[in-house]
Amino acid sequence: MDSIFGVPIQALMGQLMLGLVNGCFYALLSLGLAVIFGMLNIVNFAHGALYMVGAFLAWMLLNLAGVNYWVALLLVPLAVGALGALIETTLLRWLQGLDHLYGLLLTFGLALIIEGIFREAYGSSGQPYDLPQVFKGAFDLGFMFLPKYRAWVVVASLVACLATWYVIEKTRLGAYLRAGTENPNLVKAFGINVPLMVTLTYAFGVGLAGLAGVMAAPIYQVSPLMGSNIIIIVFAVVVIGGMGSILGSIITGLALGLIEGLTKVFYAEISTTVVFIIMAVVLMFRPAGLFGREK
Amino acid sequence: MKFKLLAVAAAASIAGLPLSASAQQGKLSGDVVKIGVLSDMSGLYADYGGPGAVAAARLAVQDFGGKIFGKNIEVVSADHQNKPDIAKNVTQQWFDRDGVDMTVENLNSSVALAVQALGKEKNKITIVTGAATSRLTNEDCAPATGIHYLMDTIALANVVGKAVVKDGGNSWFFLTADYAFGHSLEKDTGDVVKAAGGRVNGAVRHPLSTNDFSSFLLQAQTSGAKVVGLANAGGDTVNSIKAAAEFGITKRQNLAALLMLVTDVHAIGLNTAQGLYLTEGWYWDLNPETRAWADKYSKVMNGRKPNSNHAAVYSSTMHYLKAVQAAGTDDTAAVMKKMRETPINDMFAKGGKLREDGRMVHDMYLFQVKTPAESKATWDYYNLKGTVKGEEAFQTVAAGKCTAVKK
Repeated sequence: MDSIFGVPIQALMGQLMLGLVNGCFYALLSLGLAVIFGMLNIVNFAHGALYMVGAFLAWMLLNLAGVNYWVALLLVPLAVGALGALIETTLLRWLQGLDHLYGLLLTFGLALIIEGIFREAYGSSGQPYDLPQVFKGAFDLGFMFLPKYRAWVVVASLVACLATWYVIEKTRLGAYLRAGTENPNLVKAFGINVPLMVTLTYAFGVGLAGLAGVMAAPIYQVSPLMGSNIIIIVFAVVVIGGMGSILGSIITGLALGLIEGLTKVFYAEISTTVVFIIMAVVLMFRPAGLFGREK
Repeated sequence: MKFKLLAVAAAASIAGLPLSASAQQGKLSGDVVKIGVLSDMSGLYADYGGPGAVAAARLAVQDFGGKIFGKNIEVVSADHQNKPDIAKNVTQQWFDRDGVDMTVENLNSSVALAVQALGKEKNKITIVTGAATSRLTNEDCAPATGIHYLMDTIALANVVGKAVVKDGGNSWFFLTADYAFGHSLEKDTGDVVKAAGGRVNGAVRHPLSTNDFSSFLLQAQTSGAKVVGLANAGGDTVNSIKAAAEFGITKRQNLAALLMLVTDVHAIGLNTAQGLYLTEGWYWDLNPETRAWADKYSKVMNGRKPNSNHAAVYSSTMHYLKAVQAAGTDDTAAVMKKMRETPINDMFAKGGKLREDGRMVHDMYLFQVKTPAESKATWDYYNLKGTVKGEEAFQTVAAGKCTAVKK
């Protein structure tokens, strides 16, 4: 048997590989969202815009300051994180204790403003970001050419995802965080600075978006629209995985990347819709998502 | 040289016509001429048309003098977000409530079809520049009100398709944007390829505004076709070409970007885009006249250069205003008659002619994207490879499917 439903197995393997690469981006972005929602109960609609800012910062560093990819990979998440800290302390903090809807509207508005600024300055078709020299070329896997850079993306984002999961679920710091979400007053009573922790958590979550932005820059066009193109899918991933579930968002991100990849082979026309069909089905049977707990 | 002088003299005499007419009073509905620029202002086609198209229309009004029969000329604009239903609502409101006399640009073929149909129903002039589907002057033609000013999918196929097949690219696989424009372009190019003795191996239809094209390109690779035809536009074409370079598709197969404008080349960068063949109806660096207009445009658009769509918006708006002046009224039938009678001679077209089926026939150019070494400055991107006469590039009325036009 060398074909499945008329598609050669070799081609199918290639498509699955590509699905995995896209899944890594979904996982990395939805992870940040899940951390922010799970820990802070904020539906962060500015996530896509901050991902875009991450890519643009990398582009600016390279083209205006001559700073290379590796340094950008370190600097940009910090810068985006700092921007996040600023947003949290000056804006989001005022909405604590209010309905989710307020945070959603605020961050959505922020996203529109940030995107508008970049569109005004750079137009909508975006800027090219040159691939770092070491990543030029591809691995021949037999069934496909895998560009070296995409392989790097898979490795780097899996490492980032697992590290985040480990810190939050398995360390003392993570335990403080989770406790702080559950009962801030009690945790304060133990002498822990909860507001600072909240700020840092938000900064960390959007820092992940910045990291994803840097990693996406060489692959996609660095364009003001790149965030809004992906954010809706990422939200669907988070909803399917279970709002706030760290492991759920990682697994769902990867799985949906694969499913989307397969859809592109068998029925390309619905490849951008399939994620939402799955979301609808999941919500019908498990309203809290696949890995979520009902509260 | 003599011919050039003659052409200039002819252009000047035509340009002079409205001046003599301006003394006479004209009749304007609502005592104002209102022009609506409808485009994608914020999405994947915003650089293709968008704010640049509005700027181009305003430049036309400004160069015309800002007034007609002593009355104001206004430009309004709206973002249709690439959704035909929004486009239809806006246009309907413009026509019914706001007294808009003519809409221009109307990119995105689904939008253009909806707007042209509405113009036909309301007896208002609709000028399409950015959209390319050939249905606008075929099955869905509206000869009394609808004008298709820039390229269409048949002309694109005729120029690039023929050139590529002649170069040995005789088997094709299409990456097609899954809506009216992509379907038209795929079909028309496929016809040209087959007529030239080539073969179409297959096609994959991707949703509009797709992020990652690698999967589709892999399918194109599996098909074994010599040429991967990109029947898409704007951001989708940009992403396709980038992914093709990344996955090494271009080592064994050739890419043919069927609709690509200079703004797309700017976005991709010459490193990736060099060597590509493409066709446009205009380029800013063709001659002193085009350069002069491009400079004017750059001043109001942050130093960006215009593409053929922006130039077409300027040219068609100017042509419309001159026709209103010559007709002495903004009545649709009278203006359309004048627009057909008067040849178009400006920085956009020489001897351009508006045909009875709504098609504006003008020359098309085959360009090849320069290598980074050849390019002397930002926006210096094309080598001119050939000029295709309008009559050869565009379909004839006789071959068309516009039943409203007597053959």
